[in-house]
Amino acid sequence: MNIGVQLLQYTLSGITIGSIYAMVAIGFNIIYNSTGIINLAQGDFVMLGGMAAVYFHNSLHIPLLLSGFFAITIVTCIGILFERVAISSLKNPSIITLIIITIAASILFKGGAMFIWGKDAYVLPSFSGDKPIMFFGATILPQTIWILGFLGLIVAALMAFFRFSIVGKAMKACSYNKRAASIVGINVNKMVMISFALSACIGGIAGVIVTPIALAHYDRGSLLGLKGFGTAVMGGLGNMGGAVAAGLIIGLLESYSAGLLSSGYKDAVALVILLMVLYFRPGGIFGKKEIESLKTY
Amino acid sequence: MLKMKNLFKTSFSKAGLTFIVSVILMAILRNPYYVGILIFLGINIIITIGLSLLMGYAGQISLGQAAFFGIGAYATGVLTTKLHMPIIFSFPLSLLLTVTVAFIIGIPTLRLKGHYLAMATLGLGEIVFIVFNELLTLTGGPSGFGNIPLIKIFGVELDSDYKYYIFVWAIVSLILFLSLNIINSRFGRALKAIHKAETESATLGINTFRLKLYIFVLSAGYASIAGFLYAHYITFLSPGTFSLGFSIVLVTMVAVGGMENIWGAIIGTTVLTVLPEYLRFFKDYDILIYGVILMTIMLLRPEGLYGIKIPLRKILSARN
Amino acid sequence: MLTIRSLRSYYESICALKAVSLHIQKGEIVTLIGANGSGKSTLLNSIAGLMPKTKGTIQFEDTEITNLSSSAIVKLGIALVPEGRQLFFPMNVMDNLILGTYPFYTFRNKKNLYNKIDRIFDLFPALVDRKKQLAGTLSGGEQQMLSIARALMSEPKLLLMDEPSVGLAPKIVESIFQTLILLQKQTGLTIFLVEQNAKLALNISQRGYVIETGQIILSGEKEELMNNKEVIRAYLGKE
Repeated sequence: MNIGVQLLQYTLSGITIGSIYAMVAIGFNIIYNSTGIINLAQGDFVMLGGMAAVYFHNSLHIPLLLSGFFAITIVTCIGILFERVAISSLKNPSIITLIIITIAASILFKGGAMFIWGKDAYVLPSFSGDKPIMFFGATILPQTIWILGFLGLIVAALMAFFRFSIVGKAMKACSYNKRAASIVGINVNKMVMISFALSACIGGIAGVIVTPIALAHYDRGSLLGLKGFGTAVMGGLGNMGGAVAAGLIIGLLESYSAGLLSSGYKDAVALVILLMVLYFRPGGIFGKKEIESLKTY
Repeated sequence: MLKMKNLFKTSFSKAGLTFIVSVILMAILRNPYYVGILIFLGINIIITIGLSLLMGYAGQISLGQAAFFGIGAYATGVLTTKLHMPIIFSFPLSLLLTVTVAFIIGIPTLRLKGHYLAMATLGLGEIVFIVFNELLTLTGGPSGFGNIPLIKIFGVELDSDYKYYIFVWAIVSLILFLSLNIINSRFGRALKAIHKAETESATLGINTFRLKLYIFVLSAGYASIAGFLYAHYITFLSPGTFSLGFSIVLVTMVAVGGMENIWGAIIGTTVLTVLPEYLRFFKDYDILIYGVILMTIMLLRPEGLYGIKIPLRKILSARN
Repeated sequence: MLTIRSLRSYYESICALKAVSLHIQKGEIVTLIGANGSGKSTLLNSIAGLMPKTKGTIQFEDTEITNLSSSAIVKLGIALVPEGRQLFFPMNVMDNLILGTYPFYTFRNKKNLYNKIDRIFDLFPALVDRKKQLAGTLSGGEQQMLSIARALMSEPKLLLMDEPSVGLAPKIVESIFQTLILLQKQTGLTIFLVEQNAKLALNISQRGYVIETGQIILSGEKEELMNNKEVIRAYLGKE
């Protein structure tokens, strides 16, 4: 394989993994926008989605797409339950308390998954076979196309939701000004619940579609959550388009460094980027100045 | 009687009492298995006292404390086995290394607040963990390395659990003494002020950033000492011990016991270190049970176990 | 239409309202005057369901609304124009207006919605050209108009207004108040107005209340209050 083809191959796998980071980051953004909370259990939603889909398909022999659908539904319900039990009952919590609550949720999800499914890693069959597609000498797995397709679909659906639907507008309104939102009669509490549901749902989708190319394992959520957070910060917390762009950048850098430098340090690349962004550009690298200045009044 | 009460109030007597109680406990138990557990307890307490100062007194969170524990352990391990350095030098050097690392990364990190700080420390911890795995020549990678020498003090080799136990708990008591003094000093009061209102204390002329940095470095130093004790007790190191999971367990211990108080951290650490040893199912499903305990405490009693009124006096007076 | 009996409200544990009683009849414009921190805004927020702890009774038409959520209260027909406008600054004018109808919004009455918006633009023609502009970039007067317009989108029977004149040029204030009078005459809208600018407010009102340290100390017809020595001394000034 010549170097050009090799680079193309790294690019393709970088885009694939970057899409997953972008989905995790979008999940962070939705909850952050409506509550100001960083949900440290975001990566575990992805893990749960993958694990549940594996369970439905491999153990209960339910058709693949239906299994995926059930898994996503279950993760969404878990998201709602988490918000109702742990978040909405808090009265004036401090940030440290909120951080620890989402950590507790993360440990619970992880522990629950280990309790139910053990410490093994599972795999799910690809949605449309494993026959690689040739692309200028490089190969693309069909699942990659599914992943890109779903990312596109999620972004489009969310953009439509926030731009055109009244509930989406109300959620945005809550993120800008909670007081004004309740003045016009928006039930802020309910919007927070919807944001957890939505973000769990996206996490579940990411889990289902990524499991055919990466294993499902009870302990996979934390690192994924951390990288997804890095992506969200790099794109500017709350900025959906930024999340997608940042996901692709981090995915590509990770893939190049794994291929060209050392595969052992590939996880460190995303984390070093996270730290650099936090230290030097905490507002993200695509921060929209105008909107930002309107948010703080 | 009044004098006695005042005596108990000094940090010297509190720390001294802790040491005496721990020695009596060992004399009662006289079982190497239990003594082993209590050695781990002491090591964990050293880390969580530091974390408690950081979380409860300075209001900052660190989700990467296992990294400092690991740097302390690996540094002394590598120095004594690979470079055959005597422990008397490896101890200060490993401490110095950890504190320097904490200082350098603390400068940019502690400028972050809330969730950003949490995530940055989580990321730092994970990076250190990756380095332990990848720096094969020094750390032996994922499989680790062994043959770390035992500690020798004044010609006495700490070759039994009983000897090591006394050594560890003497250090726990020293750390406790130091920490109680810090809390009661002007520095400690300034820390509490930061926690109460960061902006307010900034206007009061307290340099909040410098205080936070000091306490962060101090807590890293404690973790490093714990790492030193761990390395020379187990005499074998592998990265698994210093993973993100352990950082989170440490935060859990502090939060379960009560963030607002150093004794809360000690209670939480004791409960979560000793309980798993008694309950068999705890060991198999440790993550789940940590999660359940932490979530329950945060929802029902966010101030932690410390301060729950146990009718101790009634029990004691009933006996008398 | 609105009857309040011995209403108490608390911030944390501080009592901001102490046994306030008042009533408002359909089609009236009633003014509440009082100094800063006298409990004016707290009273309006209590009616709108924004205060966490209230005791006593607030009755609107035939419904007791004391402990209802703010969304339920908007549904019953009470809308608040809050102090400081409280718009959704990063959203455009249209979206701010649409969100004003949030509790009533269904897919079916979408057409109705645009009719409503057109009627609102008739009342506030200055907003028409600003349709797509972000609310945060509007001028102070336009923001105040948008805030009132947003409240009117829910087609309230009772409009609560918290200091609409603050920070605005007298000319703009006058035009806003003219619009309010027009609305009252055309649609029979009831308005409960809180103002520091007592003269201006009493002028367009039928009746008024005076609040001091969380208690109603005086009430009466417009002329009665305007000629009251205490009111003149404390709120109207010499002229």
